[in-house]
Parts: sequence; C-alpha cells; structure tokens
Amino acid sequence: MYFGKKIGNSRRLAFLAFMAAFSLLPAACGNQENSEKRTPPERSTAPPAVVGPATAGSVSGVVRLDGPAPAARKIIMSGDAACTAANQEPPTSQEVVADAQGNLANVVIYVKGGIGNFSFAIPKTPVEINQQGCMYAPHVVAARTGQTVVFRNADKTIHNIHPQPKNNPSWNRSQSPGAPAIEERFSREEIAIPVMCNVHPWMRSYLAIFDHPYSAVSGPGGAFEIRNLPPGNYTLEAWHEKYGTLSQALVISAKEAKKVSFVFRPGAGASR
Amino acid sequence: MSATYHSGLHRYSLVLLAGTFLLLIAGALVTSNDAALAVPDWPLSYGTLTPPMVGGIFYEHSHRVIAACIGFLTIILAVWTWRAESRRWVRWLAIAALSAVILQGVLGGLTVLLNLHYGMPIAHACLAQIFFGTVMSMALFTSRWWISDQPSIPDSDSPSIHTFALFNAATVFLQVILGAGFRHKSMPIWPHIVGAFLVAGTITWTALTLRHRFGNVREMKLARILINSVFGVQFLLGVAAWASRLITADAPQPMPAMVALTVIHTVTGALTFACSLLVVMLCYRLVPRSREAAMASTRAEAVIS
Repeated sequence: MYFGKKIGNSRRLAFLAFMAAFSLLPAACGNQENSEKRTPPERSTAPPAVVGPATAGSVSGVVRLDGPAPAARKIIMSGDAACTAANQEPPTSQEVVADAQGNLANVVIYVKGGIGNFSFAIPKTPVEINQQGCMYAPHVVAARTGQTVVFRNADKTIHNIHPQPKNNPSWNRSQSPGAPAIEERFSREEIAIPVMCNVHPWMRSYLAIFDHPYSAVSGPGGAFEIRNLPPGNYTLEAWHEKYGTLSQALVISAKEAKKVSFVFRPGAGASR
Repeated sequence: MSATYHSGLHRYSLVLLAGTFLLLIAGALVTSNDAALAVPDWPLSYGTLTPPMVGGIFYEHSHRVIAACIGFLTIILAVWTWRAESRRWVRWLAIAALSAVILQGVLGGLTVLLNLHYGMPIAHACLAQIFFGTVMSMALFTSRWWISDQPSIPDSDSPSIHTFALFNAATVFLQVILGAGFRHKSMPIWPHIVGAFLVAGTITWTALTLRHRFGNVREMKLARILINSVFGVQFLLGVAAWASRLITADAPQPMPAMVALTVIHTVTGALTFACSLLVVMLCYRLVPRSREAAMASTRAEAVIS
C-alpha cells in the first residue's frame, strides 16, 4: 500500500485539496459594486432662488413608440394561489405599455440639465406604490429626494419589497397581508431604481428619484406635462425601462407652454 | 498507522454526499428563481420556522431547512469520524467539513442580511462546491478501496501526473468562481466562456496524460472516462443554459426551461469539480511522487546491501 499508510502524505493531500480551493474564495469577493459609497453631485453654495410663478412656463407632449409594441407576455402566477385568485385573467408584463397608436406609457420625462440654483420644498404628500393582484401599481413612479414613498399591500399574500438602487442604500422588507404601510425616503437622485418582490419574481416597478420637481411619467396615452419651469435652456430627457433614454434641448421663454414629443425606435435608436 | 475500514462511516459519508447534492440543487433553485431575498430575515424565516411556503419563500426556506439538516448530519459525521477513525488527517478533514458547513451557513445568512452585496453570493456558491468536494473526499477516504493495499505505479515523466491533476482541479475551480460571478451578476459571461475552453483544454490534457502514462490502470481509466463524460455533458449544458437565457430574456419572470437548464448546469459543475478532485486523489493514492519514489528506492538498496 502506498498512500493509505503514509500518514504525512495523506495529511498534506487533504490539507492541499481543501485549502487550495478555499484560498481562492477571496477572489470571488469584492466585485459587487458598493452602491452606497457614491456621493451626490455638488451644487452651488450661493443662496438658492425661488421660481417666479409670473414667468414660469411649461413643457408637455407625447411619447410614442415607432413600430408595433411587442406582444405582452402573460405572467404565470401559479406559485401563489392568492395571486392566481386575485386576477380573473393572468396579467401581462408591463414592460412595454402602448396603445394602438403607439403612444407609450410609463416613460419618465425629466429635466436633466440647466436648472439653476433654485430652492425646491420637499412635497409633503407621499408617493404611493400599491401591491395589488400581485402587481405593483403604478408600474413607474417619480418622487423627490427626501419625499416619503409609501408601500401598501392590498393582497392576501405576503410580499417583500426590495429596491435595487445604485446610488442609494439598498433595503429589503417584508409586508404581510394587512400589515401597516411601509414608509421610506431616498436621499439621492437616481433614475430609475428597480423595485422587486422576490416572493413573486414577476413583480417589478421603477422608482425615479429627482432632486427637483421637473419630472413626469407618461400616462396611458403617452401624454406628459411638466409645469412651473423657469425660463431657460435645458436638456429634456425621457427614460424607458426597455428602450433606454432619449434627450433633446429645450428652451423655455417666460410663460411659454412648449410642446415636444419623444419617439422611441426599438433597435434603431430614437429621435425627438 | 494502518487504517480500519468502517462500513457504517463510509455509508454514512455517502448518504451525506447525496444529501449535499440535494442541497446544491436546492441552492441553485433559489438563485435561478430570483428567490434569494424572498425571506428578508435570518436565521428565522419571517420570524418563524414555518413561514407560508408561497412563491420564492418556498425555494429559500426549503434551502434553509435542507441546509440545516446537512449541517446536523455533518456534526454527526465529525463526531463519528473523530471517535472511530484512526487516521488523524481523516479526523481533521471531518472537522474541516464541519467548519466549512458552519461557515457556509454564516455566508448564507450574510448573503441575505447584506442584500446580496460584497460578493457574498459568490463566496456562498463557491464554498458550497468546496464543501461538496470535502464530503466526497470523506466518502473516498473511508472506502474499502482506499484503505486496502494498492499497487504503487511509477511515474518518471515530467511534469508529474500530480502536477497535471492539481492544475486541472485549480482550473476547474477557477471556472466555478467565474460561473458564480456571472450567475450573481458581478461579471459578464465572456470570462466564463473563456474559462469553459480553458477547462476543456486542461481536462483533455490531463485525460490524455493519464491514458498515455497509465492506460492499463483500471482506476485511472475509469477516472479518465468519468471526468471526460461529466465535462462533455457540462459543456453542452452550459450552451443550452445560455441559449435558454437568451430565448427567455424578455420573459417577465424566470421561465421553467431556463431554471431547469441552469440548475442542472450548476450542479453538474459541482460534479465536474468533484471529479477533478477525485483524479487528484487517485493520483496521490496510486502514484508515488518522485521524492517518495527515490526514498523507497534508497530503502530498497539499503536492504539489499
């Protein structure tokens, strides 16, 4: 017998086999981005101004999809009987929601650049995200930094709410049926934070956080409006969870009501 | 020190090995169903041992229950081995297995409590495979074959077969890390694809070397066929799993075909790593290293003179 009786060799082998593999473990760590280390962009230290309602304008318009929207995929809710019972028909994915004319809902439109040193009060009214029929409603929400975001569970099943931010601290909380609303705030601008439920992996919503009030989410007809915008030169951007972002320059004169449009062209870029 | 064969301990190790394989499947199901954070608390699940088993909670809590059972079974293995086994290094290997399963439990908890950050899921996935390999080693070291006398097969070529086997096992484990990195969204797919071809190269090289040097040794032949077969299946499974991801990329949830293929690919990866360790152990068991061969030769000359 060669190996079995050679205690020293065998011990070295056992140690080598275990430790060699084990020593490689640290290489696996540390690739995850620590999203909490980012810092918000610095703003001017000059005293902030207040938007004058006498000169403020607005921008409104429609977001469209060029070409047919992809067929909505049915969601399989068989993993939770309460979800199946809550829906007469299986719901479909809300990733692309467009009407027959191609008007695209759930697009976040916002002023990206050009805002001066204005002071904006944090809205006291909270933004609400409901869990109903094992779906998030609304699917896309815009909120302000520091504004309260309320999560409610109207279902007869348990959910977990798991935002996956890159620029805000991440958290994961459960919410049983009938449990009190969960209130959270996000302190840094971020477009947009996916909000998941890992109990029901089809549940996903997006939460866009802004440090100014100049944002809107397009409705079922693709329409949007941003009000009370001071005169100036801006960059207006539209973000969609599947089609990415589009941007265009925007010039607002005093009291002007500007009309713009965004057209997403799947697979071929986009245009305004 | 001569070792004694304990059939009960060996069979128990095999049972634990099968249970660990089941645990690997349960863990892979958690990841593939995006259910890792379906239970936000740890060590309890929603503050209880019996949470509602719906949706992702079913996968996550089942994984925890099976893991707890494996942990308990590993404690028994460590105690049994410590009491029954005469080889000290085997006793310490059992303690290493116990340490690994405890650490694995802690890593699993940190994975949940740290919301999948700081590389915890990757460390958890890799340690799972190390633990599986350790239990497989225990089953091998306590087998009748390992303890019984085996012929000493010379290997005068360079590099030694031990070097080949170790390099192969290290490459396979590197591929395990790359696969876990992609699976847990910390790196792109291309390093894992490159790794697949690297592993294909090292396994082919090792198998050809085994055939060239030990073509008529039954154990080596079996090991060669085993690792080639498992890796061949694993390579095809990898292609199928990747294709299933591309095909179902627009699906609103993890689709059953993608989940099944990915889980099978993950656990076959564990089998590939275990097979590569098996080759290492067979080489060390049957083939004396050059230094040991020289010492044996010196002893023989001393006896003759």
